[in-house]
Amino acid sequence: MARVVVDVMLKPEILDPQGKAVAQALPRLGFDGISGVRQGKRFELDVEGEVTEERLAQIRSAAETLLSNPVIEDFTVHVDDPR
Amino acid sequence: MRVGVVTFPGSLDDGDAARAVRLAGGETVRLWHGDDSLRDVDAVVLPGGFSYGDYLRCGAIARFAPVMAPLVDAARGGLPVLGICNGFQVLCESHLLPGALIRNDHRKFNCVDQELAVENASTAWTGGYSVGQRVVVPLKNGEGGYVADEATLDRLEGEGQVVVRYVGDNPNGSYRSIAGITNERGNVVGLMPHPEHAVEELTGPSTDGLAFFTSVLTAAVTA
Repeated sequence: MARVVVDVMLKPEILDPQGKAVAQALPRLGFDGISGVRQGKRFELDVEGEVTEERLAQIRSAAETLLSNPVIEDFTVHVDDPR
Repeated sequence: MRVGVVTFPGSLDDGDAARAVRLAGGETVRLWHGDDSLRDVDAVVLPGGFSYGDYLRCGAIARFAPVMAPLVDAARGGLPVLGICNGFQVLCESHLLPGALIRNDHRKFNCVDQELAVENASTAWTGGYSVGQRVVVPLKNGEGGYVADEATLDRLEGEGQVVVRYVGDNPNGSYRSIAGITNERGNVVGLMPHPEHAVEELTGPSTDGLAFFTSVLTAAVTA
């Protein structure tokens, strides 16, 4: 078993109202010096067997088709090394 | 004239859409998300609501429901399809329409009687309006901000594919105040406001929405 992580973020040019709300809340709680926040999603996929190139390609396809909306989101895929 | 109204898990306004079809003089056919058949209807409405709880992204899961396979094929073949609110989100996720809907820029759920300007009166769903007509239709959403890249927006404007536009202050941050669009062929229309909630004096701010449902009855006959 291996774990593959897909991180999904809104494209930089897309407004992120949630991130903006968080950025506005931080100084109110005393956390200064944070000029911006963007909020995204992290998908942890438990994958059977080895993480081959083929398997990664399959996961990228799943990320493009379901996990993200390519019109407004970008994603990255990386293998989570438990060691 | 048989107009299908799809019910997904979490659809809210399917009943009202069905009622609007009946008031317009059409025959309503209730379509189930899990069936892979459109049951020979002449047009389809994807209603408003919160399909699959808006999980993952609004409309992202509904887009893969069994009923969507025949629907996408039929839409590409010219079947009139109207996506209202969540239905518009499903149409964008299925790529039957360009762009996407994101969280309202002011982060509040918006529920207002919204004035719209009709800009395209030639689609299958807006033939009963005139260009420039002002209508008042309820708008209720949390994720109603229409976005697309500049090239797509320019193309929509240039090709007359903006169907309705918000009048006055932008209620949700939609780029170019776009409230609804159509595809190149004019058979697929998606809009955030709810015409099915403006079909009777007793229950709506106006009856301005009824023409969406009467228009398609004429359009399908002449198709």
